[in-house]
Amino acid sequence: MNTSPSTRLQRLRRELFASPLDGLISLLLIGGMVAVAGSLLRWMLVQAQWAVIQANTTLFAVGRYPLEQQWRLWLLTVLLALATGLSWGLLRGLPAGRARRLWPVNDRVAVALLIGLAVLGPLMLGLQPLIQLRWWLIAAALIASRWAAGRWATAIPTGLRRWIPLIWPLLYLAGMVLISGGLGLIAVPPSEWGGLLLTLLAASFAILLCFPLGILLALGRRSALPLLRWASVLYIEFIRGAPLITLLFLGQNILGFLLPGGLAPDRVWRAAWVLTFFAAAYVAEAVRSGLAALPPGQLEAARSLGLPIPQALIHVVLPQALRVALPATVGQFISLLQDTTLLSLIGLLDLLGTARTVMANPAYLGRNAEVYLVLAVLFWCCCAALGLGSRALERRLNPTTDHPAQA
Amino acid sequence: MGADPIQPAHAAPVTPWWRNRRLIPWLVQGVTGLVLLVVVAFLVGNLVRNLTSAGLLLSWRWLGNPAGFDIAETLLPFNAGLPYWRALAAGLVNTLRVVLAGLVGATVLGTLVGVAAFSSNGLLRRLARVYVELIRNIPLLLQLVFWYFVVFLALPGGRDAIQLPGLVLAKSGLYLFKPELINDVWQAPLRLTVEFGALLTGLVVYTAAYIAEVVRGGVASVAAGQWEAARSLGFSPLQTLQRIVLPQALRVIVPGLNSQYISLAKNSSLAVACGYTDLYSVAETTLNQTGRAVEVVLILLGAYLVIDLLISALMNGLNQLVQIRER
Repeated sequence: MNTSPSTRLQRLRRELFASPLDGLISLLLIGGMVAVAGSLLRWMLVQAQWAVIQANTTLFAVGRYPLEQQWRLWLLTVLLALATGLSWGLLRGLPAGRARRLWPVNDRVAVALLIGLAVLGPLMLGLQPLIQLRWWLIAAALIASRWAAGRWATAIPTGLRRWIPLIWPLLYLAGMVLISGGLGLIAVPPSEWGGLLLTLLAASFAILLCFPLGILLALGRRSALPLLRWASVLYIEFIRGAPLITLLFLGQNILGFLLPGGLAPDRVWRAAWVLTFFAAAYVAEAVRSGLAALPPGQLEAARSLGLPIPQALIHVVLPQALRVALPATVGQFISLLQDTTLLSLIGLLDLLGTARTVMANPAYLGRNAEVYLVLAVLFWCCCAALGLGSRALERRLNPTTDHPAQA
Repeated sequence: MGADPIQPAHAAPVTPWWRNRRLIPWLVQGVTGLVLLVVVAFLVGNLVRNLTSAGLLLSWRWLGNPAGFDIAETLLPFNAGLPYWRALAAGLVNTLRVVLAGLVGATVLGTLVGVAAFSSNGLLRRLARVYVELIRNIPLLLQLVFWYFVVFLALPGGRDAIQLPGLVLAKSGLYLFKPELINDVWQAPLRLTVEFGALLTGLVVYTAAYIAEVVRGGVASVAAGQWEAARSLGFSPLQTLQRIVLPQALRVIVPGLNSQYISLAKNSSLAVACGYTDLYSVAETTLNQTGRAVEVVLILLGAYLVIDLLISALMNGLNQLVQIRER
């Protein structure tokens, strides 16, 4: 592509000043953007008082998690960083036969971003030097394990490779134990979890469980057996007809009546289960669209090859349907992550709930803009990252990308 | 299930029962039905037992008791002496009010943003994209509290209020139709509270981002030849959009709008975050005062279901109107 200054200028002219009306619109928009950006920048640098964030980083991160037990969360963060690096490195290093580049441009950008975030983030938040150092070490551990895994991926025996993805469920279980206690660790009840920790826990729990549940419901809705079909339809439409807040309300106020005394889970877990059951109905609809996109011949072919229905579904139908349903499903996961903010409305201290308690502190009265802006940036980054990840996964799973000759 | 293949009489093999294609569906359904029945019976049994022991067995008589709380803004006349059902009705009307206003606002803004994605102006196109990506990745609840606490509650009051011809926007609300300042207090025939304003703005801005995507998809589904044909007949770009493209795009847009409208109606239940007393907010207060959890939840679920069904019915009617009518 030719990008000499004159061509670029021509393109700019064509894009922005093709006609007098276009030119007028462009000038107005540019003027508006400059004004907005200018006042935002002035506010951020001069008027805003970021002390409300800097003084409460721990509260925002983990809520009222006991201080002397917080090493468990640090350990979990380190483990997560190592596992991320390992998976990332293996993703690039394997399969070995193909001429894959170990450090494609995207990865270099990602590593640069990571280093920038690890260095600048703690500095801007005004963390103590010791805690800043911890974040640097965690980032270093991630990059080191990424490098090592990419470097020696091919050296791992093939028999072992198949089991490596299992570190994620194991890590999740280990994380649950680390967070909530048990196995010799002091128990930390869910009422003491808060902030980002609670938001991420509720979201990850609901995402992990709503996916299989949603698949079952989608299969049920398309089943030839009337009882399964009607039960699924009833469930899905009931959930989709109600606002999430009324279901959370139901969970908090009625679940205690539905179960024998003492069996009802803690308030945090009730909310997490409601989120799961809520999201399952929406995931079911996403998966159903994927199933509907699949030609019926696929199931028929699998059946005529002698596969029983469960196997035909697992090996033939679902892998194809889920690939089609992936963008919609991840879209549901993203809204699930956003929906965790509703926990603050039923009195739980998720990220938004914590923000509200912080702002109720007289010292930080009226600092709404700073806090909400930071939360918005945080959520935006998480959701946008999920969206990007989904698109990358979509490309990777697309059977035509790897073999351009067949496309 | 298909017919069994013809088997020679001498070789008729005995099919084991777990391969029997007539039995298995019944077995699967029987087991599922039994499990569902047991679960439901267990839950309902517990519910009845626990409610009885709490003295809260299903009853609707409490709806006639005086509510004892006030509602800040209502269309229906209401005071604390009126019964609970009047309070819930006032809440429902408040919900309907914000939903209706939101539907109109979000449709207008969403259509504008969606169409802007096809502008000849590159900057406008990108801004429309930025708007959608920005709004969709931030939780609605966060946006609502932002609009309420950061924007609307920070408005200047009294003499410093934002004054436009026929309209005043002050800390105490939005005043329409000839507002006047009497003793440093604004007076106008129509006053909307900042709570309503914040909720409406938040819902409109959020839903518009989704509607813009629906509209964009619909417009993109119209073949490029339609644009070119209209242009070559001498239509202006605006006329092309209005007369040629949008009527065809509507066939794709209307079903998508339906689900966005329903989610707007459901999302209006977040009103409690910006201090607007909608149905959910009244229901919450009612529950706190009466302890009638089951009845209150049933009312809530029923009301939202009816609103959803109404929107669906209207949109299905509209859908039939815009579909291609073949002779």
